[in-house]
Amino acid sequence: MSENGKPKFAMYWAASCGGCEIAVLNIGEKILDVDANFEVAFWPVAMDAKYKDVEAMPDKSILLTLFNGGIRNAENEELAHLLRRKSQILVAFGSCACEGCIPGLANLSKPQVIFDTVYRSVSTENPEKLEPQYEYQMPEGTIHIPQFYPVLKTLDQVVHVDYYMPGCPPESHQIAAVIDLVIKVLHGEATLPPPGTTIGAGGSTVCDECSRTRNVKAIKQFVRIQDVAHIDPDLCLLEQGIPCNGPATRDGCGALCPSAGAQCIGCYGPAEGVLDYGARLIAAYASVIDSNDPEEIDRILDGIPDPVGQFYRFNLAGSMLRAGTPAWRGNGSS
Amino acid sequence: MSESFEPVIIGFTCNWCSYRAADLAGTARVKYPPNIRLIRLMCSGRLDPTFVFKALAGGADGVMITGCHPGECHYIEQNYKALRRYLLLRRTLEGMGIERERVKLVWASAAEGVKLAEEITKFVEEIRVLGPLNWPKWPQPNGHHIEEKAKVEEVPA
Repeated sequence: MSENGKPKFAMYWAASCGGCEIAVLNIGEKILDVDANFEVAFWPVAMDAKYKDVEAMPDKSILLTLFNGGIRNAENEELAHLLRRKSQILVAFGSCACEGCIPGLANLSKPQVIFDTVYRSVSTENPEKLEPQYEYQMPEGTIHIPQFYPVLKTLDQVVHVDYYMPGCPPESHQIAAVIDLVIKVLHGEATLPPPGTTIGAGGSTVCDECSRTRNVKAIKQFVRIQDVAHIDPDLCLLEQGIPCNGPATRDGCGALCPSAGAQCIGCYGPAEGVLDYGARLIAAYASVIDSNDPEEIDRILDGIPDPVGQFYRFNLAGSMLRAGTPAWRGNGSS
Repeated sequence: MSESFEPVIIGFTCNWCSYRAADLAGTARVKYPPNIRLIRLMCSGRLDPTFVFKALAGGADGVMITGCHPGECHYIEQNYKALRRYLLLRRTLEGMGIERERVKLVWASAAEGVKLAEEITKFVEEIRVLGPLNWPKWPQPNGHHIEEKAKVEEVPA
């Protein structure tokens, strides 16, 4: 508790894009309820605070911490441990913290390749060939930057997580509902869900929320959505041969993408009970292919040129294998 | 590569054909290498690709999927489903840097004990040439992913 009697709230971004923060601000005037019920103790994107201020707080003094972003470097990991120690409830907020998201796709490449892309590729303007050094000698002394890890980890691969809130970013109405719930819990009007629960989302799949008509799925080809001249607005996208990730993805978004005529790309992560997101999709796609001839099946599968990108766009770091061999062999495997 | 590398292979067999083929191989005293650990499923169509990922993440160097010959499935056409999953799975594994030869699909009827033993022997040698997969033993998370160790139930013989 702070001096004004309000419980403390924190939000931190590790390896993420900042979209989760925008989604929180998108809840509109509900943000005033947050202010009325919480004291914001630490939120780097919204207010100035130093890590040493957090270190000085007593353990468990922050009631609720929303942690977004994956664990890409030593600084991310240090903050994950620090906020775990200082927080009563730690929420893996957004796809990056839950399952790695887009930054997790770097788990397919060697760290060297990642650095080459960032600092040395043709499209990079870096005439002085500047590159970060872990250690640098300054007149004032040696300065350090945090170690870059070979493999991006999800938050729960580093510290214990109380709740998961998926989405890239989580939908604002879901965030508002979760904030309402926490405020009710504060006033003794509700109880928290069991630890380890996924909150702010459904338990079924996007297909369940999707309004498109589903018939028998039997397809002869996969096509990329940009190559389709006319998309039937009422028919299931997968039945039209468009690779849609709805069958394995958790609901909660209201099937936004399929209603707008785009395929589900899976940002809400695996549905309840799905151990490996990509495996579930492999099973689903294999079931709809209408052929028993190995050569024809292979031709149909050529319509999915990048299966890992298709099946693990948001989930690679949180999947069973977690990374491709180049990543973990490239630089030891810590 | 060390001389003493013994591949660990997980084999998924169908109750109606390949499991009986393995049984027949045993009854007929046909020898095959002990590197393969057979797991019986009711049908190759029961093979969730998750099983293969779990096997490889858990330390297997290769996975063999076996089922009834095309057209002979006990459940009409589920082995075709296994075939399609296998073809897509192989592409996905390749994208993650795992050689496609580490997962193999073999058709074997209940009468083909000798053929199954030969295929297993051949596969073990192929994996031996590829070398160990050595997938890292990641620290396990607390949440909705795979558990560290399944509880083993003691079953009296």
